Amino acid sequence: MTTTVTPERTPEPAPAPAPAGHRSSARRRRVYQWLFVAPAVLYLLAFFGFPLVRNILMSFQEYTPTTYFTGEAPFNGLDNWRAVFSNELFGDALWQTVLFTVGSLVGQFTIGLALAVFFTRRFPLSGAVRAVLLLPWLVPMVVSAVVWRRIMDEDHGVLNSFLETLGLSGGGVPWLSSPSVALLSAVLVNIWIGIPFNMVILYGGLQEIPREVHEAAALDGAGPWRTFRSVTLPMLRPVVTVVLVLGFMSTVKVLDLILALTGGGPADSTQTLGTMTYQLSFLQLDFGQGAVVGNVLILISAVFAVLYLRVNRANAGRGK
Amino acid sequence: MTKSTRRSRLSTVLALLILAVMLFPVYWMISTALQPHSSIASTALVPTSPSLENFRAAFETQGGSLLTSLVVSLGAVVVCLALAAPAAYGLAQFGLRGSRGIVFGTLITQMVPGIVVANALYSAYAELGLVNSYAGLILADASLGLPFAIVLLRAFMVSIPSEVIEAAMVDGANRFTAFVRIVLPMSRNALITAGLFAFLFAWADFIFALTLNTTDDVKPVTLGIYQFIGAHVSDWGAVMATSVLSAIPAAILLVVAQKYIAAGISGGSIK
Repeated sequence: MTTTVTPERTPEPAPAPAPAGHRSSARRRRVYQWLFVAPAVLYLLAFFGFPLVRNILMSFQEYTPTTYFTGEAPFNGLDNWRAVFSNELFGDALWQTVLFTVGSLVGQFTIGLALAVFFTRRFPLSGAVRAVLLLPWLVPMVVSAVVWRRIMDEDHGVLNSFLETLGLSGGGVPWLSSPSVALLSAVLVNIWIGIPFNMVILYGGLQEIPREVHEAAALDGAGPWRTFRSVTLPMLRPVVTVVLVLGFMSTVKVLDLILALTGGGPADSTQTLGTMTYQLSFLQLDFGQGAVVGNVLILISAVFAVLYLRVNRANAGRGK
Repeated sequence: MTKSTRRSRLSTVLALLILAVMLFPVYWMISTALQPHSSIASTALVPTSPSLENFRAAFETQGGSLLTSLVVSLGAVVVCLALAAPAAYGLAQFGLRGSRGIVFGTLITQMVPGIVVANALYSAYAELGLVNSYAGLILADASLGLPFAIVLLRAFMVSIPSEVIEAAMVDGANRFTAFVRIVLPMSRNALITAGLFAFLFAWADFIFALTLNTTDDVKPVTLGIYQFIGAHVSDWGAVMATSVLSAIPAAILLVVAQKYIAAGISGGSIK
């Protein structure tokens, strides 16, 4: 299992230039070779490139149900952008997206790292337990959300009856029904979903750190915590960055979880940019405004994608 | 008992404890599903008289959706591998100008939110008559696994020595037959991993199922469950039974393909 970024293998040097008479056959071979790659490229362009471009265009168009009858989506300048930015919900959704994303990442990463470190110990059943722990990540997110919705039910959920048994809370905690708690609940569920992913990748990263390094640190008299902080963490850094950036990119756009858990409520307290895009486009059928929010979402991801690629390149440059 | 065996036993106990806490929701899902007539109010911690009653109800109401999910997911796997395998081979072995750009492009796709794709696809699908169609959903769901599959397969195929392929070509095979006869069989494990993940991604899809269908003609089980809870839920037993059924591919994967998964998660997402 490799977890560090593999170096970009420099492509095989192109075959020696063909003699002049064979130039056309060399070109034919190139065309033939491209036929292997072309279908996938066309597909990626259709299902990722096209949506990106179309969303930018749509954000400047009046794209409403009428469009589907008339086929016309007149350009309306910055109307959609103005409408979205003056929509009170936008600021809330943006802020809640930040809280949801940062909260999820901190929780997933901390617990994921703790588990990864724990499982580097050698003990019976370690591998089996690690494998089974992946289940929350593999189960469809909608399903997880539905189960948690049942668990977190204010009156009949097992979470509240458990807390009551422990004497930790008097009345039921309104996990999903109070605007001040619902976002926290969504974060908790998303942390649960994300722990396995963080654990697996960080565990892989830990495995690649040579044992001798730790032994050397121990010889120098470093305790476990000191070793972890001064040796393990720095060596793990490339993997940590990758985990966090990938985690960010997938968390910032989470939609299934929130729709099935709270539907964005109560009182819009769990609306994020993702759910707002969905609501504008597919419930209010204003695809133009939905596209605006979608573009903001992409812009935020793009900033982190740049970071990711820079990290990637830095790693490749070090030959690691 | 030596100190180190005691320590390792302690670790095992701790690991099982972690497992119990982390998997409690899964346990709860199964437990609720096994309790027939579990009213809104009461669900026993341990099913005292377990029954498959809820599963029967789940099959009756959601059986069609499960079948739809299966068809769509398998279709997405086929599309995904059919596109990814030759592309990965081309990117790994041909040294084509622009390969790097394409690999870069597959990384970029990770930052495009599904809802943005759905937003644009819906209008295009409406024009092409692909809304509420199996083909439309299969094509859209294939996009969830394709970048992953390309990156994963390419990383594997880079390590196939080109001499092996050249040897086959000396024997008269052309690039394509060499690909089919030599490269694909050699890549079997990588293909299985990529296919499994493509299946799982498509099976778990909710956004495309929700947005690209306006009727119930093509309704995967994720959408079925969502609609189930949309109305006032009175029968949690049946909802949970459906949830259990829809989690089965993940469970099978964990048992059957365990060794591919961890490698797949880390390999495909980072390389």
